This record gives sequence, structure tokens and C-alpha cells, in this order.
Amino acid sequence: MDQQFPVTPSTGKPYWNPYFGGLMLGFVLFIAYFITGSGLGASGGLNRLLVWVQDTLMPAHVDRVPYLIKMAGGDINPLKDWIVYLTIGTIAGGLVSGLLSRRTHWETNKGPQMSNSLRWLLAFAGGALMGYGARLARGCTSGQILSGGAVMSTGSWLMMIGVFGGAYLFAYSLRKTWN
Amino acid sequence: MAEFPLNMIASLGTWQAFLIYGLIGFAFGWVLESSGFGNSRKLAAQFYFQELTVLKVMFTAIITAMTLIFASSSVGLLDVNLLWVPPTYVWPGIVGGFVMGIGFIVGGFCPGTSLVAAATLKVDGIFFVLGALFGIGVFGETIGFYEPFFNSSDLGRITLSDSLGLSPGWLVLMIIVAAIAIFFGAEWLEERIGGIDRAQAPQWRIAASGALVLGALLVALLGQPDNKDRWERLAPVEELRLDQREVHVDPLELLSLLHDDALRVELLDLRNEYDFNRFHIRDAKLLQQDKDSLTALARRLIAMPSNTVFMLLGDASSAVEDVWRFLRAESVPNLYILDGGTENWLNRFSDPLAQAISPGQALGSRHPAADPNPRLFSGSFEPKVEMEIKRAPSGGGCG
Repeated sequence: MDQQFPVTPSTGKPYWNPYFGGLMLGFVLFIAYFITGSGLGASGGLNRLLVWVQDTLMPAHVDRVPYLIKMAGGDINPLKDWIVYLTIGTIAGGLVSGLLSRRTHWETNKGPQMSNSLRWLLAFAGGALMGYGARLARGCTSGQILSGGAVMSTGSWLMMIGVFGGAYLFAYSLRKTWN
Repeated sequence: MAEFPLNMIASLGTWQAFLIYGLIGFAFGWVLESSGFGNSRKLAAQFYFQELTVLKVMFTAIITAMTLIFASSSVGLLDVNLLWVPPTYVWPGIVGGFVMGIGFIVGGFCPGTSLVAAATLKVDGIFFVLGALFGIGVFGETIGFYEPFFNSSDLGRITLSDSLGLSPGWLVLMIIVAAIAIFFGAEWLEERIGGIDRAQAPQWRIAASGALVLGALLVALLGQPDNKDRWERLAPVEELRLDQREVHVDPLELLSLLHDDALRVELLDLRNEYDFNRFHIRDAKLLQQDKDSLTALARRLIAMPSNTVFMLLGDASSAVEDVWRFLRAESVPNLYILDGGTENWLNRFSDPLAQAISPGQALGSRHPAADPNPRLFSGSFEPKVEMEIKRAPSGGGCG
């Protein structure tokens, strides 16, 4: 049998060593905290991009929902927030890194027993759960676990237990999707 | 005083600041993609103990950033009181985290990693991003039905060192040692289950963990600046402001601030409970003045909107100035003292013909002088209050 792990990219240069990647991520996180006082994040930027679309299509609805008013009520521009630019930067950084190391091309990563369409359906469903849960927990893996973890927020460490608990608990039932 | 963090928008201008955020994001995306986080199989393998890259990258990043943050605080470069610490809401956090965990194993990504997956044209990543947007949208529409739960078990800005009663430096060291033990266990598991040969792992990781442990030990021994150290850094400037009475506000100025729609004023009453019940200015809050309560108060005040003025109300004694020094040292902005305290206010705004409050009376804020009409009182005063530019971020990456 071929060496299955560590997982390697289908094309292009191999991924970084995880400890090296972690050190680099730690430096980026530190610089973000040192200069700006707030850490990193991803779901907040996605949230505001979505609210911007909602505000463009149906401004009256946005002005009626309390959770949305804070970001886009009346004249407030949901895009005028730093997290949006951080998110756009994240997408650009991933794109350029993928292009330079020739890992950017159309493909679907999945377990060997899965069809493409089922994988896409599960990706959408998992994304929906992730998006919903991240708003409920007031932050995603980047904003809470990574950033909050580094400044020792008690809530972030508790949430980390929740995330790993949920994933490990359901991993066995879903083993056919990945193996 | 510590120069960092900066208020990016005030010091650089809006678009320049957004450009810096964009660059930080760029580095973030670059590192995520290069670590293989755009590949859902790599992420999912974490949950079958075949390849524990997620754990290694995440914990290495956390302990590296943690050490650097508290090291720069030790030497006075960074003011940790002004850092954004995600507030703790125990149950929404755990339940939300649990739902995220299920989403992680079903979908194979988290929000940040799905962005770089989509950017590198992984179709499953694109579907995940669409799903995440859908989930976020549903949340916005449904949170109204159970908002009390969303806002429950709110502990505010609380850190592990508060919860466990350990100093941050030693806690960093303990977390690093625990992380190294976990990495050791992870490599053992990977060898047994994923068939990854441990001898292939780079030797520098041992030197790097040694360096981190030594760094954290140094940070623990140096300790974090306490209130006294923080005040000593500020004293040359701030003691002068006190001496020259630049922070002592005339009652008339406070009255005009209270009626300024652009400002919020927090009135913090430092007198004893008896005097407070006898008379206080409307909306004034009676303060506990022990060290722990004041430290907790400082955190709440820092988190308030940037157009808030904090006014200490005492009597003429120097105890007010000590509280002022303490809270300033904790980085509370826009902090002033009402000149002459509440008694001076009462004398200034009472009808001279009316009877004084007798010793047995507890009028609280029902006395006319508790909320005087600004049109009835005129006079000149030297304005003292100047709003500072707030440096503490009003939200983290999740707002």
C-alpha cells in the first residue's frame, strides 16, 4: 500500500512541515495582536459580506432584524470594518500561495468511497452547521480558538473542547465519508 | 507607557489601516494554504488520529503567539489590557462549538480554511463557503427566537489566569509544557495509526521547543507589570496633570457633559454607602474600592464605547486621586475627577433658600440637585475634558 499519510497535494510542491506552519501562523497572529490589538478571524468577514448582499437586495428586511441592524441598519456600511479586509486578504494570500506552489486547480478532495456530488452536498451541510455554530459561539476557529486561545480567553478554551468534542463524537459515524 | 497596540485607523487613516489588515490577512491565508489547510482530507484525518497536522499547527501557533504577547507585555512594549479578548459566554460557546465540531467532520473545513480551499479552486471548499454563508444567514434570522440563551452565562473579559488564579507567565509555561507532551503523544499516534515515521520529522523541532520553554520561563520570571509598575511608567506625565488640576472638572462642565448627546458619561461614586444614600447625582454608581473590584471595573470601563467620559465623584480627600491613579494605570481612557466631589455639586446646584438634607434623610437621587436643569445655571468654567482616541479594539475577528 502507498504511503497515505501525511496527506500530500495532488500537484505542485509539498505542504510545509506542521511545526513550521504553526510557528509562521504564531508569528502572524502575534503581529496582528501587537499592531492592531485584535487577533485574526474569518467568519466575521464572511458575515459582513453576506449582510452587505442582504442590505443591497432587501434593505427594509435588514432594518427589521435586530442582529443585522448593528452591522447594516440605515446608512451603516457593513463593509466598513477591518475584518472584511482581513478576509479579502486571506483569500488573496491563499490564492497566491496556491498559484506559486502550483496547487491551485479544480479538484474535489474526498474519501475514496465518496461520489463528488455527495461530497459537495456534505460540504454544504457541514458549512451550514459550521457557519451557524460559529455565530452562536461568537467566533470561528480563527477568531476564537486561535486568537482567543493565544490571549487565554477562558471562553475560547471551553469552546475548543466543544469543537473537538463534537467532531470526535461524530467521527466514527462518518468514517465512510473520509476513509 | 506601552506604545502598542495602535489605533490603526486614527494613526494611519482608514484606507491605509484597511490595507494593513489586508496584508495581515494575506499572510494568514498564505500560511494556512502552505500548511495544507486547503485540503479537506488533511483536516479530516485529524479526527481519525491518522495525521494530527491540525493539532500541531494550531497549538504551535497558539503557544508561539502567547509567548511573544506576554514577553512583549513583560518588557513594556505591549499593553495587554488593550488587547481584544473574546468575551466568555460559557454555554453558547460550548453548544456553538459542539455544532461547529459536527460541521467540521461533516464538511471537512472550518471557515478560515474553507476560504483558502475555495481560493485554490477546491470544489468542496467552494460548497463549504456557500454552506457557511447559508448557516450565518439562518443564524441572523433565527437568533431572535432564543436571544436569552445567546446572551446567557456572560462572564465578560475573563482569562484562564483569572479563572485558575495563576499568573499569566507561569500559565504560559505550563501550557507550553502540556503542548509539547501532546505533540509527543500525537507523533506516537501518527506512527501507529497513520503510519508516519517519526524519524522523518525535522530535528529542529526539539531545539524550537527548548527555545519556547526557555522563553516562557524567562517571561514567568520577569512577571507581568502590576498596577504599581504600570503607574510608574505613566507617572511623569500623569502626576503632572493631577498637580496642575487638568483632570479636575468643574460641576458646570460636568452638567454640560451630561446634556451632550454625543457623549456618554459614567458617574462613579467613591463615597461611603451612607453618603451615597443621602444624596447622589442621578445615574451615579456606588463603587467597591478594593483592588480586585477596581481591576475588574477597569476592564469593564475599557470595553465601553469610545465616546464615554468616566467621572470619579468623591469628597475633597486624596482617596479620589488614588483611585484615579489606579484606574489610569490600568489604561482607562477619558478619566476625570469632579472638582470638590458630590458635596460641591450639591452646594452648587441646590436652591440656597431650600432646607439642607437632614442627617436622617436618604434622598438618593430624588433631590432636585440630582438632575439640575442646565438652563437655570450659568457661569464660566475652564473646560478640561478632551476625548482621547481609543486604542482598545471594540471587537475581535468575529464581529
